[in-house]
Amino acid sequence: MSAPAHPDPLANPPAEQGRYAAWLDATAKLGLLALAAAYLIYVFGLLESHVPLEQLSALWSHPAAAFMEQTGSPKGWEWLALLHKGDILSLLGIAILSGGSLFCLLAVIPLYAHRGETLYIVICGLQIAVLLLAASGFLTGGH
Amino acid sequence: MHTLIPGPFFAAARIYPLLLLALAVALLAIMPETVMAADGDPGGNSVMPWWGWSLALFAVCFLLGIVAVPAGIGGGVLFVPIVAGFFPFHLDFVRGAGLLVALASALSAGPALLRNGLSSLRLALPLALIGSISSIIGAMMGLALPTAIVQTALGITILGIVVVMATAKKSEFPAVPVADSLSTRLGMYGVFVDAASGRTVNWRLHRTPAGLALFFVIGFLAGMFGMGAGWANVPALNLVMGAPLKIAAGTSGLILSLVDSSATWIYLNQGAVLPVIAAPSVIGIMLGARIGARLLTVLNASIIRRLVITLLLFAGLRALLKGLGIWA
Repeated sequence: MSAPAHPDPLANPPAEQGRYAAWLDATAKLGLLALAAAYLIYVFGLLESHVPLEQLSALWSHPAAAFMEQTGSPKGWEWLALLHKGDILSLLGIAILSGGSLFCLLAVIPLYAHRGETLYIVICGLQIAVLLLAASGFLTGGH
Repeated sequence: MHTLIPGPFFAAARIYPLLLLALAVALLAIMPETVMAADGDPGGNSVMPWWGWSLALFAVCFLLGIVAVPAGIGGGVLFVPIVAGFFPFHLDFVRGAGLLVALASALSAGPALLRNGLSSLRLALPLALIGSISSIIGAMMGLALPTAIVQTALGITILGIVVVMATAKKSEFPAVPVADSLSTRLGMYGVFVDAASGRTVNWRLHRTPAGLALFFVIGFLAGMFGMGAGWANVPALNLVMGAPLKIAAGTSGLILSLVDSSATWIYLNQGAVLPVIAAPSVIGIMLGARIGARLLTVLNASIIRRLVITLLLFAGLRALLKGLGIWA
C-alpha cells in the first residue's frame, strides 16, 4: 500500500480548508439568522409559545428535567413537530448551529479520498458518527 | 483600524472599558438583592419580568463580548460563571446557553481563520474527535450530578482557569527539534507566514499523545460546565504540542466548534437550552465582540486582561461559595 499523499505544506491553506470554510460560513450565518429571526418572532408574540413567556421567570430556576416535566416540553427530536410554537421555533437556529459541522465534514471527505488519505477519511467519519450519536437523543443525563 | 473610529470616540475609548466593567460589576452586585426581593427565594420568583432579565442578560453579554476580545479569551468562559452566579437561571440552562455562546463565536470566526491559514484543519480534526467524545461524557455527567456538586466543581475549575490565565507563558514560535511519529503519520505540519514579521515558519508538532490526553480532559470540562475552552486549547497546542502561537489561537476555535457542537446536542435533547436565555446571550456577546475587535488597537490589552482575571476570580469564588451553600 502506498503512503498517503499529504498536502503540499507550501500550499497554504490546503484545498480542504477552503471547502470546509465555505460550508462553515454558510451554516453559521444561516444558524445565527434563524436564531435571531425566531427569537424576535418568539418575544414579539407573532407565534403562540409552548410555554408562555410570563411563566418563565417562575420556572427557569428549576433543573432542566423538572422544567420539562412541569411544562410538558418535548424530549429529543419531538420539538420538530412543534415548530409552529414561537419558543420551539427558536430551537431550529440552535440545531442548525450545532449541526452545521456535519456538512463541513461531509464536504471534505471527497478531497481526502482523492488524495488517498484513509486516516483522515476515518477521522472525519468517526467525528460524524460522534455528532450523530450526540444528536440522536439516545444519550441521556438528567437529574 | 483607527480611521474607522471617530476622533473623540477614539480618545474616549481608552476609558470606556473601565466604565463598562464598573457598570457590569455594579449591575452584577445589585442583582442578587433584586432577585431576593420577591420572597426571599433566590431566583424562584423574581420581581423583574422575563423581558427585564432578557435585557439585563443582553447588556451583560454585550459587555462581556467587548472585553473578551482584548483580553484574548472567548466569551464562553466568562459567561457561565458570571451568569450562573448573578442571574436566577438554573445552572443547566446557563451551561446550555454557555455552549451556544462559545459555539457561535467559534463558528463566526472559523471561516476567515481557515481561509487565511491561521487555522489548521489537519491539526484540529484528531484533537476535536477526542474532545468531542469526552465533551459528551462531560455533558451527560454534568446533567446527571446534583447541582450543588456541579456548582462547586465549576467554582474550583474557574479558580483553576484564573491561575492558568495569570501564570501561563506563551511562545510565539516554540522550538520543536524533532516531530513525533504520530503527528508525522497524521500529517500535522504546515507552513505559516506571519504577516506581522513577514517570517515564514515551517511548523511541526511533538508530544502529540500527551496533547490528545489533554484534549480529552479539556473536552470533558467544556461539556460538563458548558464553557468554551480557548483558555486551555491554546496553551495545550502552543506550550505542550509546539504549535506557533497564532496557529494555536486560530485552530483553538475550530476544535471548540466541533467539541461544543457535540455537547450542545446533549443539552438540547435534555431540554437544557432555553431560547429566552440562549438567544440574547449569543446576540449580545457577538455584537459586543465586534465592538471589542474594533477597539482592539486603542485598548490597553494587559489592563483589560487583568480586569477580566479579577472578574473571573470574583465569579469563581461566587460559584464555589454558592455550590457550598455559603453564599446562596
